[in-house]
Amino acid sequence: MLLQQQLDGKITEQKDTGTPLLQVRNLKKYFPITSPFGRLKGHVKAVESVNFDLYEKGTLGLVGESGCGKSTTGRSILRLIEPTEGSVNYRGKDLLQLNQREFKGFRKEMQMVFQDPHSSLNPKKRIGELIEEPMEIHKIGTKADRMERAMDLLKRTGIREDQYFRFPHEFSGGQRQRIGIARALAVDPAIIVLDEPVSALDVSIQSQVLNLLEEIQDEFKLAYLFISHDLSVVRHIADEIGVMYLGHMVEKAPTDDLFANPLHPYTKALLSAIPIPDRKQRRERIIIKGDVPSPIDPPSGCVFHTRCPFAMEQCKSIKPEMLQQSDGHQVACHLYN
Amino acid sequence: MEVAKPIQHNQLVALEKDIKKERRQLAVKRFFSNKTVLAGSIMLIFLTLFAFIGPLISQFTPLQIDPANRLAKPSAEHWFGTDNFGRDLFSRVAHGAQVSMGVGLSVAVLTAVIGMVIGLYAAYYSALDHILMRISDALMAFPDILLAIAIMAVLGPQPVNVVIAVTLAKIPVVARIVRSSALVIKEQTYIEAMRAQGASSWRIIWRHILPNTVSPLIVQVTYVFAIAIILEAALSFLGAGVPAPDPSWGNILYDGKIVIYNAWWMTVFPGAFIVMAVLALNLFGDGLRDLLDPHSNKALKE
Repeated sequence: MLLQQQLDGKITEQKDTGTPLLQVRNLKKYFPITSPFGRLKGHVKAVESVNFDLYEKGTLGLVGESGCGKSTTGRSILRLIEPTEGSVNYRGKDLLQLNQREFKGFRKEMQMVFQDPHSSLNPKKRIGELIEEPMEIHKIGTKADRMERAMDLLKRTGIREDQYFRFPHEFSGGQRQRIGIARALAVDPAIIVLDEPVSALDVSIQSQVLNLLEEIQDEFKLAYLFISHDLSVVRHIADEIGVMYLGHMVEKAPTDDLFANPLHPYTKALLSAIPIPDRKQRRERIIIKGDVPSPIDPPSGCVFHTRCPFAMEQCKSIKPEMLQQSDGHQVACHLYN
Repeated sequence: MEVAKPIQHNQLVALEKDIKKERRQLAVKRFFSNKTVLAGSIMLIFLTLFAFIGPLISQFTPLQIDPANRLAKPSAEHWFGTDNFGRDLFSRVAHGAQVSMGVGLSVAVLTAVIGMVIGLYAAYYSALDHILMRISDALMAFPDILLAIAIMAVLGPQPVNVVIAVTLAKIPVVARIVRSSALVIKEQTYIEAMRAQGASSWRIIWRHILPNTVSPLIVQVTYVFAIAIILEAALSFLGAGVPAPDPSWGNILYDGKIVIYNAWWMTVFPGAFIVMAVLALNLFGDGLRDLLDPHSNKALKE
């Protein structure tokens, strides 16, 4: 009964989304390559025209193999890397148009949790200070308030309060990631960019951290941008998944829809690579040949055509548009035109 | 979910005290289990006491001339003998300790502070890095002693100028050490995390990069201390350092050079003190490096 209510609630939430919290449009990031004498030799096209929306309490998973631009996307939104082009609208305000000073006010709305829990905490600082620091930077509360909130957050993320004065090296990887999450929560953000938050952890610890992330999402009304290369992790946590390949978003769909009915050949190949525990249940594996082309000189037309088993003549010349196939399911592929 | 009672404020203060006490005890234990740093510190304490108590227990002043008693052997009256003007050598070596170690300490403190600032900012701002590091390349291209002599020739022989000359010669070394470790720290994720918070560059440099570069800095500075003592002695020996008749270990050696075949005490005593000071500082620096480096945590493993 209760479960049903919760499910109903979730569905209405998804439908009743209204305006998205964060709208990313046409995001591009080109890294210039210069010769030793400063001459421009070309660009690494790390992110190419990425579009997505992030809704309150929603989770968008970004998946793709390493080097496909998913981390760059996350960092561009936070302006840790300045994007080349595009717009990032947060509650109707284009963040990329703001100067650094104006943007600082928005930084506390968007926080980040990093992949490596060992290097994301300053080893010379006590964990309490680490959690208080964001509040200090944004001048929130008095010293006593901040301390109280740091204690609360430690407790909330599953670290004993009396560990407040300990140093990061006294904790395990999972605990440090919890401290990293507590630090992100300190300024009460609306969005957290999770950059492979569990890939450095043991599998048993991964599920604990994922459960914690789900709990606090409801409690703090957070929207997540969850970057990962691990499809099973993303499936567990994300409402919607965007699949990225060579800087392009090739398919975007609600999680269940994507797993039940993948459309893009690349997505199909990725999904068919997930091992199935049951030996009898055979599945056709789609094996893609060759390596990822260089992002300095990406293929013409559809970037995937060099490796796609279904490539047609038009794939080599015409870049496919991201088109709506069914409710919320978009794919950029000529097979579905 | 159970509602846990929040920790009371006084409980917290007690907790903080406990943890700090525990840490202090651990630090003391590690200090005493490190034989190198212990030996270095004992020698340094002895030298400091000698520099400050020596002049008090000596019944002669370092400038008191007694021509009748020239080049007297060490005796009950003149513990280290007398020099070619009949001045008491013990008193001169003790005063010289003040001068030599004072110059060394001043140089160490000044190079540490200036080198640290230069190193940190050079590491953080790459445009500044090019300018500052080319200047330091130019300074490092000269041998220390030649650079110091040139500066002394311009400024004139004064103990303060010795400090300035040696400091200028040694700043690039310290700045390089700080810069190289700051460059590594700058790329760590926790610096990126601070940037994601909108932290100012002042905060990132002083609150996050600096604490992580302090250990190599301290170790380097103890070596600079030792080198500064040698350089001061060398400058005074060459006549470009602390001017006569004020004593320093270097110019006592210089006076002793002429009479080295008939008065061994005039070279042996100041020489021995220079060796002892440098050895003490090097031992101390080596030991400190082991203490501050978390990868060689010997005391913890025992």
